[in-house]
Amino acid sequence: MNELLLVVTIGDERVALPAAAVESVVELDTLIPVPRAAPHIAGLSALRSRVLTVIDCMRSLELGDSDCSDGIREAAVVEFDGHHYALIVDLVEDVVEALSDPSPVRAAMGAGWERVTLGMVDTESGPLLLVDVAGLIAGGAESKAAA
Amino acid sequence: MDDLIADFVAECREMLEALGGEIVAWEAQPDDRSRLDSIFRFVHTVKGNCGFFEFPRLEALSHAAEDALADVRAGRRHADAALVSAVLAIIDRIAEMIAAIEAGEDMPGGDDSMLIAALAPGAENIAAPAAVAVAEGHGRASSAPRTIRLSVELLDRVMSTVSDMVLARNELARRLRESPTDVSVDGAFERLSAIIADMRDAITRTRMQRIENLFVGLPRMVRDLSAELGKQVLVDIEGGDVELDREMIEMIRDPLTHIIRNAVDHGIEKPADRLKAGKREIGLLCVSARQSGNQILIDIQDDGRGIDGKRLVAKALDVGLLEKDDAAKLSDREQLALIFEAGLSTAKEVTSISGRGVGMDVVRSNIERIGGIVEVDSKLGEGTRMTLRVPLTLTIIPALTMSIAGQNFAIPRSAIEEIVRANGESVTLEHLGGAGVATIRGRRVPEVSLAGILGLASEVEEKDRTLIVLRPAGGDVYALSVDRIHDHEELVVKPAAPAVMATGLYAGTTLADDGSPILLFDPAGLAQVGGIKFETQERAARIADRPVSEGSKSTAVLLFRGLDGGRRALRLAVVDRIEEVPSSAVKKAAGQLRVQVGEAILPLAGAESAELGDGKVRIFRLNDGVHELGYAFAEVIDFAIVEKDIIHADSAGEISGVSLINGEPAELVDPHWLFANHVGPTARATEQPVCRLPSNDPWMQNMLRPIVEAAGYRVVGDEHEGDADLVIAAQGTKVSGEAAKKTIRLRSEPEPKGKKDESIYRYDRAGLLMALKSAGGSGK
Repeated sequence: MNELLLVVTIGDERVALPAAAVESVVELDTLIPVPRAAPHIAGLSALRSRVLTVIDCMRSLELGDSDCSDGIREAAVVEFDGHHYALIVDLVEDVVEALSDPSPVRAAMGAGWERVTLGMVDTESGPLLLVDVAGLIAGGAESKAAA
Repeated sequence: MDDLIADFVAECREMLEALGGEIVAWEAQPDDRSRLDSIFRFVHTVKGNCGFFEFPRLEALSHAAEDALADVRAGRRHADAALVSAVLAIIDRIAEMIAAIEAGEDMPGGDDSMLIAALAPGAENIAAPAAVAVAEGHGRASSAPRTIRLSVELLDRVMSTVSDMVLARNELARRLRESPTDVSVDGAFERLSAIIADMRDAITRTRMQRIENLFVGLPRMVRDLSAELGKQVLVDIEGGDVELDREMIEMIRDPLTHIIRNAVDHGIEKPADRLKAGKREIGLLCVSARQSGNQILIDIQDDGRGIDGKRLVAKALDVGLLEKDDAAKLSDREQLALIFEAGLSTAKEVTSISGRGVGMDVVRSNIERIGGIVEVDSKLGEGTRMTLRVPLTLTIIPALTMSIAGQNFAIPRSAIEEIVRANGESVTLEHLGGAGVATIRGRRVPEVSLAGILGLASEVEEKDRTLIVLRPAGGDVYALSVDRIHDHEELVVKPAAPAVMATGLYAGTTLADDGSPILLFDPAGLAQVGGIKFETQERAARIADRPVSEGSKSTAVLLFRGLDGGRRALRLAVVDRIEEVPSSAVKKAAGQLRVQVGEAILPLAGAESAELGDGKVRIFRLNDGVHELGYAFAEVIDFAIVEKDIIHADSAGEISGVSLINGEPAELVDPHWLFANHVGPTARATEQPVCRLPSNDPWMQNMLRPIVEAAGYRVVGDEHEGDADLVIAAQGTKVSGEAAKKTIRLRSEPEPKGKKDESIYRYDRAGLLMALKSAGGSGK
């Protein structure tokens, strides 16, 4: 089991995304809001003449808003179901190798995390939560209610 | 036909190439079932196709091989070496013949019966070597195939890559504009741009298919249908070479089929009925396609019994689609348009072919879904014409860009009926219990604010906004108020992510020239989210036209450039509409320039002579309520408001004054002078004396009436109530009602009957004119 993981920080939490799902890491500069869309849809952006739907991971996890005050946001670009998404994260750290298969976390987590997690994986820098990209894109309960 | 043959040849070549290996393998292993099957399939296909094309030799060969192989497949015969050789010889001969067909040459000579005889059980292997030799001699000469087959998916991928390339080019263009560059860089970029444009064109064409593919099945369908219904129908198909996006062809297949079924079933009468109606026994159904701009027009015309608008109305009243009061107000066109309402069918009985009352509404919504329009035109007893207008492609949508609260959006142009200013003269905006109602030229439509729907704060005051009147597919009209309208653009639209589509507001996303994403609205979704109640408010909204109050002091004008290049302005209220006519429609006739617009001939102002060059002339159609006038111009500059003082001209003329409009001087055209001078004496409607002529006297109506009208009278008939300044009657007839101020009697003999006879001989032109003139004078 040598799956590569992209380590990112969302809401002060270091988590892992399956690196195979991530096409690239970009810095978003323009963000066009989508009125009336679910709250975790931060807007649209363009990358090399492709439209990206930008997901605010903080809001998707119901942890509050991402801090976008400095204007530049780091995001991981993923393709899901034929559409391209940019997941806004606080920080992109590194790519590491998974040392174990995901195993369930038995302690209680926040509701948002509980929804998107695929389990816990061991890495060289300690255990990390493996996050499901589809879960982040789908958004939380409040997003579903709004949509 | 040539195309079909080319397809056939291409298909055979492809199969032959694929068979190449199989044949050899089959020779080694005659028992191999899958090899046998593929060879069988080949001869079977060839047989089927060449029966269609009349290649009797090919057919005989493939038929014989098919028979022999069928026996093997059924286990009646064992595939021995002799049979294999015989089949191979036949396949080689087929290959030769196909090569000859492709090259357009005569069929290669040689006797096929030997080959066929070789197939018989126990026959000697005689023909094969000779045939192979011939095949080799010919095979080398054949040209490489000119067509290849591609998967549609691959084409779509190429198409989307090219779209991306266009967008990347746009971004590069923007970057180049921002930074100072070398002339040589600009040159190279220009070339790149041109190449990309060419490529986009070419790749768009690869997705195009001739509409023939859609039409080719129609004759057969009509034949079957008419046989079933006991009718005789001749189909005339035109414009099969018009090209249309492959996807679009699929989208219009069902609606077209439905319309044609309707035409045959309900439109065209049975032969006996046709004879009774004085028509030819055989009904005519014309299907034609043509391209007009970036739209394709498909006409389906029959010479059947037509659509009875009255019956449609009665039916609509029956099922409660219409209110009685509204029904009376429908125009002919609107009556016919009722066939597109759900749950309405005038068929007396339901047939298996059509007439279940589902259909035309589905046809309309299907066509509108792809950004098209269906129109119907029908004359009772003479026939019906349906017109489908569809855009060329699905992926490139003409759209209007606009902004609200600083953010850009686009809206498909196909849904837009018109665009008006919220503070325009003919528009009033009211709020009733929080709901917006816009009254545009007497028509009341619900109004929603885009800012309200989107939950954005608009910094533009409500009265300064622009109203876009929308008619979404399958819905009713409403007005959408937006901050600002920008531009018309052709947008490459892509579907948006599900989370965005879930709002119900958007139809997709696209990238603007500057590379930023733009959301494309779905007009029906906007209405739904905006809370517009879709009912039949379109008709209910037809309130009586009431005079629009003179609200603002400032005058709305249309700013334009005249043919001589002058910057002029014309009051918006007198401009009925803008028309484009071929310059040949402008003629000097009866003493002044006139222009033909459709059925009408209008006096033309704004041009000095009929020499307007080739091409098109654009004219304003001016209307003073009674008369119409054309005014030629070069281009419209803008709508504007005259706010500054007007400096009046010293003498009366076409130009009444000059004023600063949008910072530059513009001449104000005096519509009164235009009408007074171009429409002539008949223009002064209020001063026109009235002359009464018997309406049932053909001589009066046909011969006399023009003279009377030329003398400045308004001619009315007997049934006209009220005073007339002059009555003209034939001698000996009684003049009814309150006598007019003056009566002229006409006699048909040159000589008067007696001294007291004051009548005028009816061909005494001078006397008549004199009498008309004096009567007119006293009439005032």
